[in-house]
Amino acid sequence: MTFINTFATRVFYAIILLMAVLVLNFSLMHMAPGDVADTIAQSMGGADKEVLDAIRTDYGLDQPFLVQLGRYMGNVAQFDLGHSFFFNQPVTQLILERLPATLLLVISAQLLALFVGVVLGVYSARKPNGIVSHFVTFFALFGYSAPVFWTGILLLISFSLMIPILPVAGMRDVTIEGNFWVHFIDVARHLVLPMITLASIFLALYSRLSRATMMETLGSDYVRTAKAKGLSERQVVYKHALKNSLSPVITLAGLQFSAVVSGAVLVETVFSWPGLGTLAFQSIIARDTPTILGILFFSALVVIVGNLLTDLALRLVDPRVGGKG
Amino acid sequence: MTTPLLKVENLRIELTTRDGVAPVIDDLSFELGQNENISFVGESGCGKSMTALAIMGLLPEKIGRIASGSILFDGEDLTKASPARLRAIRGNEISMIFQEPMTSLNPVYTVGEQIAEVIREHQGLGRKAAWDMAADLLDAVRIPNARGRVSDYPFQMSGGQRQRVMIAMALACQPKILIADEPTTALDVTVQAQIFDLLRDLRKDTGTSIIMITHDMGAVAEMAERMIVMYAGRGAEIGPVEQIIEHARHPYTKGLTSCVPHIVSQLTEDRARLTEVPGIVPGLKDFGKNMCLFASRCNHRTEECLSARPPMKPFENGQIAACWHAEDV
Amino acid sequence: MSQQPPPIEEQIEQARSPLSEAWEMFRRNHAAVAALVVLGLIVIGAIIGPFLYPTDPFEMVWAPFSPPGAEGFLLGTDYLGRDLMAMIINGARVSLIIGLAAAVVSIFIGVTIGALAGFYRGILEEILMRITEFFQVLPTLLFSMVIVALFGASLPMITLAIGIVSWTAVARITRAEFLRIRELEYVMASRASGVQNMKLMFRVILPNALPPIIVQSALMVGSAILFEAGLSFLGLTDPNVVSWGQIIGSNRQYILDASYTVTIPGLAIFVTVLAISLVGDGLNDALNPKLRSR
Repeated sequence: MTFINTFATRVFYAIILLMAVLVLNFSLMHMAPGDVADTIAQSMGGADKEVLDAIRTDYGLDQPFLVQLGRYMGNVAQFDLGHSFFFNQPVTQLILERLPATLLLVISAQLLALFVGVVLGVYSARKPNGIVSHFVTFFALFGYSAPVFWTGILLLISFSLMIPILPVAGMRDVTIEGNFWVHFIDVARHLVLPMITLASIFLALYSRLSRATMMETLGSDYVRTAKAKGLSERQVVYKHALKNSLSPVITLAGLQFSAVVSGAVLVETVFSWPGLGTLAFQSIIARDTPTILGILFFSALVVIVGNLLTDLALRLVDPRVGGKG
Repeated sequence: MTTPLLKVENLRIELTTRDGVAPVIDDLSFELGQNENISFVGESGCGKSMTALAIMGLLPEKIGRIASGSILFDGEDLTKASPARLRAIRGNEISMIFQEPMTSLNPVYTVGEQIAEVIREHQGLGRKAAWDMAADLLDAVRIPNARGRVSDYPFQMSGGQRQRVMIAMALACQPKILIADEPTTALDVTVQAQIFDLLRDLRKDTGTSIIMITHDMGAVAEMAERMIVMYAGRGAEIGPVEQIIEHARHPYTKGLTSCVPHIVSQLTEDRARLTEVPGIVPGLKDFGKNMCLFASRCNHRTEECLSARPPMKPFENGQIAACWHAEDV
Repeated sequence: MSQQPPPIEEQIEQARSPLSEAWEMFRRNHAAVAALVVLGLIVIGAIIGPFLYPTDPFEMVWAPFSPPGAEGFLLGTDYLGRDLMAMIINGARVSLIIGLAAAVVSIFIGVTIGALAGFYRGILEEILMRITEFFQVLPTLLFSMVIVALFGASLPMITLAIGIVSWTAVARITRAEFLRIRELEYVMASRASGVQNMKLMFRVILPNALPPIIVQSALMVGSAILFEAGLSFLGLTDPNVVSWGQIIGSNRQYILDASYTVTIPGLAIFVTVLAISLVGDGLNDALNPKLRSR
């Protein structure tokens, strides 16, 4: 199968990209003023030059750049991203604890934006001068222009403070006890506002694109063929036209993964969502370099995996992808 | 002839353009009998495809509409039929194949699914039965290894094969009428001949009446019993194919037939020189005028042609021509 | 947008310069014209505002959380009793300057990389596009947070941090334009007549590739302003310089007591970026001949 080959090539490129991220990470760490020895010395309450040198030898910081780089990459291959002196935990462990929360937020926001965006887009493509169409245009402008943290705070003020129907912050209420479903609903309630906030940026993008592609598709020859077959309006639109309009939208969604992760940093901060974003914020304030760089690595990993999943999704809606067509 | 299968009477189709409303089909009448093959001939833009879309009830929404006249199919006026009724007829009793086989099939579904879909819709067959029937149909339109190719996607097929798929799809429910809108224009010459052979054989087997739209006079001579020559949204000449080719009664038809030397040379003694019809088709805004719209390109033109629209004039041999000077042509 | 067709006399084509023709197209987009006016007012306000309203944005002038209008403070005071009006006016400068400067940086990088990739093709293109892909994989905000955290939060560093992460879209557009234009006849002709590569790239091809780049640039300014707002909201920018995002960030714990300290600066960012993107829309109408007929 040609598709498996192309996919394997993609995976190969993804691994190269990840290694490039590691090189960048390490170079940044190397270039930045101050090193691990300084950090350790600081936590010990200061140290003289001899102690610093001893630490540097201990950690191999006196070795040539490439040797250090090689060792760093070797460590990462064993899932060792170093030690966080601020949190006093291995960075990998620290990140893996926070990763699920970020994934939950990022994936649910992407899916919400895609679903609502496509529904709005299809609807307004069928009625280009209708009220929904104008709403989409307006919303697209808002989504692009409003700072996402501001949108979040406005929603927070509206639905947690003025009309207190949703929780203010966090991912779960520690006082709640019960079975799985009780916790599930608790997390879902906490998720609503951050998810909508993050989705608002991309919802606009997706609805605008799906409206444009849908309008083009509705005028295509094969849609005329579908009508000539005597199919109902519903079948023509949702079976024949929609599936063809999806691939550009999915491609765009794939390109947005890095922006979604970026947006998640701000949204997590606003809602104190316990994910990588808040961790990044805390570690930057604390100048905890290994953690910061670990997060950069993992977020790049999330984006790369997101892109690979996009490829698979594209393959599902369009048989020509990966083939020779 | 018994009662015609399709009878179009005084059909007028109006198209809303930026410059106002134009009658793209103006007072067109014709009949199609059981198991008959008629051809629509004319330059592009003369309303051939519009007529076909009107019969299918597929005029472009909000732009085109049937202003007057009737389309009687088996005695039922399609211009007054409900959308649901039209859907039940489309693809089932009247079906259509289009000019562009490359873009007329949906790229994201298998050809089998696209054929089976129309069978499920109109014949109420289950998935399995419809799929088997799709494979049989592919075989019937002479696609080699039909069982294996039924799950191919359109992009895995050649243009000729795609047009065969379109034909299979159109014939799936054994329609009474098949409308073929320039079915071979986009194909290679050798493939064109194969498609015509296929259509002719299928017609023999199924008894389906065919309306073929083309500007290929060779195809008309080979396939059709009667032809309708259209010019600027109006019928110019109607009659049996051989007679028209032998002796056209409308100057435009004469121009068209003499464009194709080999046909004329086959059917008449007269070896006409290759002439083109000089001039261009009038613009849409002139379509409604009370005059002969061909006048500007005609060398038989007189004052009469410019002052009144010529009526359809019947001749004894069944030919009908809309020309003030039909006797002299 | 519905419009009266102009009288016949005005429909008669006159020979006009491309610039005035572009302005003509721009003017038909009423929203863009209105946005241009708003944007002009914001820029003027940012330039002369501090002279007309000389209150120090860092000085405690009144009781904290005085609502807008109280004691003559039009927009009220924040949690430290600072005059919000003065903060907004002074913040405009920083937001606009960083937005503009970061956009210039990213456009410079993007155009250079896109032009080289589109012009030379081959292995160089491959390498440059892989680099672009690499930068697309790094979440932009996180990456610039890292840069600022490691190398300090001075204004030039923030500008650089934003510019360095957001040039990929410009590079892609520039490359696409170069790929298209380099095959056109007049470029072939220049090439055949021995014009040097550098001149060919920047004097022959680039001017013709400009329209989509200009439109993208307008959008870049908007997103750079949003970007700066995000960083300063997180408190990662210079604490001694007021900016709109920073006002929101530092007041956000107090939204219960004084929501206006968050909504008002947010509105300032929103209106500014909205105006820029509407102007970008208008530029698109004016400069993209393919869309003109629609």
